Amino acid sequence: MPHPWIPNSVPNVKNEMLRELGITDVSELFSDVPKELILKEPPKVGLGKPLTEYEVRRFFEGIISKNKVLQNPPLFIGGGVCYHYIPAAVKAVITRSEFYTAYTPYQAEIAQGLLQAIFEYQSLMAELYGVDVVNASMYNGSTAAAEAVRMAVRVKRNRRKILVSKTVHPEIREVIKTWSFGSGLKVVEVEYDRRTGKTDINDFQAKLDDEVAVTLLQYVNFFGVLETDLKDMIELSHKYGAIAVVYSNPIVLGVLKPPGELGADIIVGDAQPLGLGLNYGGPSAGILGTKFDRELLRQLPGRLIGATVTEDYRELGFTMILQTREQHIRRERATSNITTNSNLEALAAAVYLSLLGAEGIKKIGEAILGRTNYALKKLGNIKNLRVPVFDGSIYIMEFPVKVERRGIEDVNKELISRHIHIGPLLRRFRDYAELRDCSLVCFTEAHTRSDIDLLASALEEVLR
Amino acid sequence: MAFRQAKWDEPIIFELSKYRKQGLIVDDEFKKYSEDALKEIPNDYLRARDDLNMPSLSEVEVIRHFTRLSQMAYGIDVGPVPLGSCTMKYNPKICEELASDRRVTDIHPYQDEETVQGILEVVYLLQKWLAELTGADVCTIQPPAGASGEFVGALMIKKYHMDRGEEQRTEMIIPDSAHGSNPASAVMAGFKVVRVPATPKGDTDINAIKAVVSDKTAGIMLTNPSTLGLFESKILEIADIIHNAGGLLYYDGANLNAILGLVRPCDMGFDVVHLNLHKTFAAPHGGGGPGAGAICAKGELKNYIPVPLVDYDGRKYYLKYDIPKSIGRITWFYGNIVPAVKSFIYLASLGPLVREVAEISVLNTNYFMKKVTKLPGIDLIYGRDRWRKHEVVLSFEKLHKETGVTAEDVAKALLDRGFHAPTIYFPLIVPEAHMVELTESETKENIDSLVNAYAEIIQLAYKDPEKLKASPRNTSISRLNNIVANALKTVTPSFKFISRVRSVIKTDKT
Repeated sequence: MPHPWIPNSVPNVKNEMLRELGITDVSELFSDVPKELILKEPPKVGLGKPLTEYEVRRFFEGIISKNKVLQNPPLFIGGGVCYHYIPAAVKAVITRSEFYTAYTPYQAEIAQGLLQAIFEYQSLMAELYGVDVVNASMYNGSTAAAEAVRMAVRVKRNRRKILVSKTVHPEIREVIKTWSFGSGLKVVEVEYDRRTGKTDINDFQAKLDDEVAVTLLQYVNFFGVLETDLKDMIELSHKYGAIAVVYSNPIVLGVLKPPGELGADIIVGDAQPLGLGLNYGGPSAGILGTKFDRELLRQLPGRLIGATVTEDYRELGFTMILQTREQHIRRERATSNITTNSNLEALAAAVYLSLLGAEGIKKIGEAILGRTNYALKKLGNIKNLRVPVFDGSIYIMEFPVKVERRGIEDVNKELISRHIHIGPLLRRFRDYAELRDCSLVCFTEAHTRSDIDLLASALEEVLR
Repeated sequence: MAFRQAKWDEPIIFELSKYRKQGLIVDDEFKKYSEDALKEIPNDYLRARDDLNMPSLSEVEVIRHFTRLSQMAYGIDVGPVPLGSCTMKYNPKICEELASDRRVTDIHPYQDEETVQGILEVVYLLQKWLAELTGADVCTIQPPAGASGEFVGALMIKKYHMDRGEEQRTEMIIPDSAHGSNPASAVMAGFKVVRVPATPKGDTDINAIKAVVSDKTAGIMLTNPSTLGLFESKILEIADIIHNAGGLLYYDGANLNAILGLVRPCDMGFDVVHLNLHKTFAAPHGGGGPGAGAICAKGELKNYIPVPLVDYDGRKYYLKYDIPKSIGRITWFYGNIVPAVKSFIYLASLGPLVREVAEISVLNTNYFMKKVTKLPGIDLIYGRDRWRKHEVVLSFEKLHKETGVTAEDVAKALLDRGFHAPTIYFPLIVPEAHMVELTESETKENIDSLVNAYAEIIQLAYKDPEKLKASPRNTSISRLNNIVANALKTVTPSFKFISRVRSVIKTDKT
């Protein structure tokens, strides 16, 4: 049966092509496939018949309408990604099909626009994180962290230990473990201070030795706590000859000193707050950057765009560079297997940063800081709710709340019935047993005062 | 095809404007609260004023800049992109529109399961359909891309052997013609790569496989059809050899388009299969990503898939974490959901017509091969008398010897004629290679034009090779200097080093 997405499926075209091949049926093209392997019946996919565009729209509507999108108020869920507003101009750029239907720019001369845009992404991101080079993207924050760790292990060839703080996102730590067991790397976790919610610097120092290739810390950590010993821990890492990787959220780096300036050797993060959807967790874009250091650059994973000149040296142009690190050239000696990355999401982040500019990125950080502080005060006065959970710490964008006298799951269910979503509940993660009655709450530039007030009054009623 | 790509002398965004304009407005509703909060942050952790070198632009400047850049990009919606092993098929607009629904893009991965039943149902059905297409027991869409799927497959094989106390199985067999990401993924999973060659007919050399299997063999990574576009007709025999040696078979799904709905990888004996949703199932490539992968497994390996899996308990859909032998998490959250939604719409639309996808893509490729091989200077090297599947690899070795024109020159000349070039210099076993994949969405008219373009280029190569080497001329820019791009002194990976490359630009004065 002919189909509009398969233009040569109409009989007259198909027959003309078959004639050119001197055959009468397409099945002859599969004569080299063992007969017993060819399916007798077409597979049972879809609804058993092709659908018209209108039918597929109705079919999809019937399913997707079971999802609930919360707008009033927006979600207060944190834990790696939070709800942020996406400017219309970002969507306008990334829905241009010259961009989104393109392949990886292997043919540079016909892909200059795409290459320049990604060069700009790399450059803007390098500025934001205070490093020299950022690659053209990883899949997301978790795989960026896992790739950074592997990159560091390659630089420190004879060291097999990875030191990771327990204040790093638990799913990032799980990913690193999965990525490590095959090659026999050992992941050692550092305790956090139960009182402050920060990495326990004493435990960090105690576990550092000359076997440690790399340390991984999260700047504003999983609990939303600013790691105010970060600088010291980076210095300690260096003292023991380890590479310091720091994970940070780009949206607050207009306010906070960038990790590159704090001495991090490799920076990682996730670009979701910069104009990307929540997308039920993916796709996003992973940020990975480093200093302009020969040894580090040689081990950098993934694609990198650079500026060059035309062969006649008269014009500036852009092309993929240092490709001898990559799998399509280097095969088993490549720095990573990554091929497809998150190019379009990186482009969205570049547009977002361009729209905000230096002033805007600073102001948006302040707007988030202001909301966090307001929410801390507002939620801090609620009976049977413990806020803050950790003493004397600085919270940015997120913080845990602890319910007393009632189970957090009950409280959460009641909030949901009032169309209010908080999370993740920390009991979701195996290694925070002591925080089993806690949930994170997240506040971004997308939350208004009345949104936060609504959350506070709902919590007040539920916990009364 | 007459073709002139747009050429804007578009400045780098940092140099777009000499004035500081007003960018997006951010409210200062909470100014008092943010000022208080800032006082709490130790000075060591505060960004210095004016430390951030970023452009300050108005919205119209940003939009014009990126719109102009888009006009200097080339995707499927502009014209044919016959990149081999990339399956650059048309990305249907209905898939784009439905997947951009707020009920897809605005839901949080930690949202309560009761409120995301719609998306979980989509993923569940997609998992089921992919299992049907591969013959697997179970599929998950956890891997964010194809290479990630390969890594997952290799890790599953690794853990399977470890659990059986066979840690000595450290060798992964990979044909010379495999995609580069296969050996790279195998090494990431801790394997040593053992290479096997192809026979002159283009099959994987069975005797070579027999010679290398041992109790060290963990498995084999194969794509079928191969990167030569040939169906591995002895696949069942290969599967027996590997299985009898205690190894497992991994299927690289990059080339599945050719047999979609006709032959199922698990029926061929594969234990674990990866798929690229952005190739075979029509999600767009996004200029390099994001894509989405799937991993499917049969038999014992189904217990090793990464967590979580979307399952159904008869009442509701949920994320299943209770998979005791699982390799663990390969990424945070649940994979690349938006491209998966696009593939779901694609499969729902086509239903049993997926078979037409395979048949027409194979018809297109063979029709192209038949016509193009009549031209001088082209050879197929492997399996000259065999039908191709989804792709064909042309060798310009003869043309190169006779005229000095390389596969790259031919590729650049194709750009001038309005076609994206095929994959070049791959697979490595074919000298001066063009790997051409014409998916089911290419028209006969365009295939004929592509053959004509090759004819014109070859004719020019014999007549005036120097003229050909001056290609491309009709693209935004002429050929780029790869030495300057990569040399230690001039390499320029971000804007802050732009003076390095600018210093070598020649002006009329120099």
